[in-house]
Amino acid sequence: MTAIILLWSVTAAQAMLVAAMGCYTYRLIRGPRAQDRVLCLDAIYVSAMLLVLTVGIRAGSPIYFEAALIIAVLGFASSVALAKFLMRGEVIE
Amino acid sequence: MTHSGALPAWAALLTAFLVLLGAGLTLLGAIGTLRFGSFFERVHAPTLGTSWGTGAIVLASIVCFSVLGSRPVANELLIGVFITVTTPVTLMLLARAALYRDRAEGKPGVPDRSVLRPPRGRDQGENGGDQ
Repeated sequence: MTAIILLWSVTAAQAMLVAAMGCYTYRLIRGPRAQDRVLCLDAIYVSAMLLVLTVGIRAGSPIYFEAALIIAVLGFASSVALAKFLMRGEVIE
Repeated sequence: MTHSGALPAWAALLTAFLVLLGAGLTLLGAIGTLRFGSFFERVHAPTLGTSWGTGAIVLASIVCFSVLGSRPVANELLIGVFITVTTPVTLMLLARAALYRDRAEGKPGVPDRSVLRPPRGRDQGENGGDQ
């Protein structure tokens, strides 16, 4: 019984994370300005990392932890690079 | 889920609750991103997913793998600490870039530079007081 509860809650959590990524993608496409898009890209990275973690819980394999860590590091690096580009790419300081 | 029979009832229920909590908070943050009107309001919404959304799912992963492996597994704490440390850096850089762009475009309602640089303003105030 508890196994079924766990299975369904992990499935529902994955569905919610995918829905969150959908919301962010909508804002990414529609977002009025570039900073909204960068914000949503960063949030999509975090949601994808959480999705990989829940896939790891579902599979019961700790190998997904490394994938999630790599996604987190790359997301941080790319978001900082894009923010710096927005800061310096348009107007010469 | 082939391993779920190996989890005792309390661990399975705790994992289920924490996973649902984290995913629900992340979804709430995403809906907030859709609903808020301006960028400086929107920049707050995803932090719901990066604070307790990440924290709850990381805790669920720790509980699950610690009970499965019969030993404490705290690798996932690394992800939690990393996200907690890096999210404010990213969002503050982004907000400063947005402010810079707003000011460069001459948008109305942007705060004055002197408001945003309290150290310089305070130094000037002290110099004024000395004179």
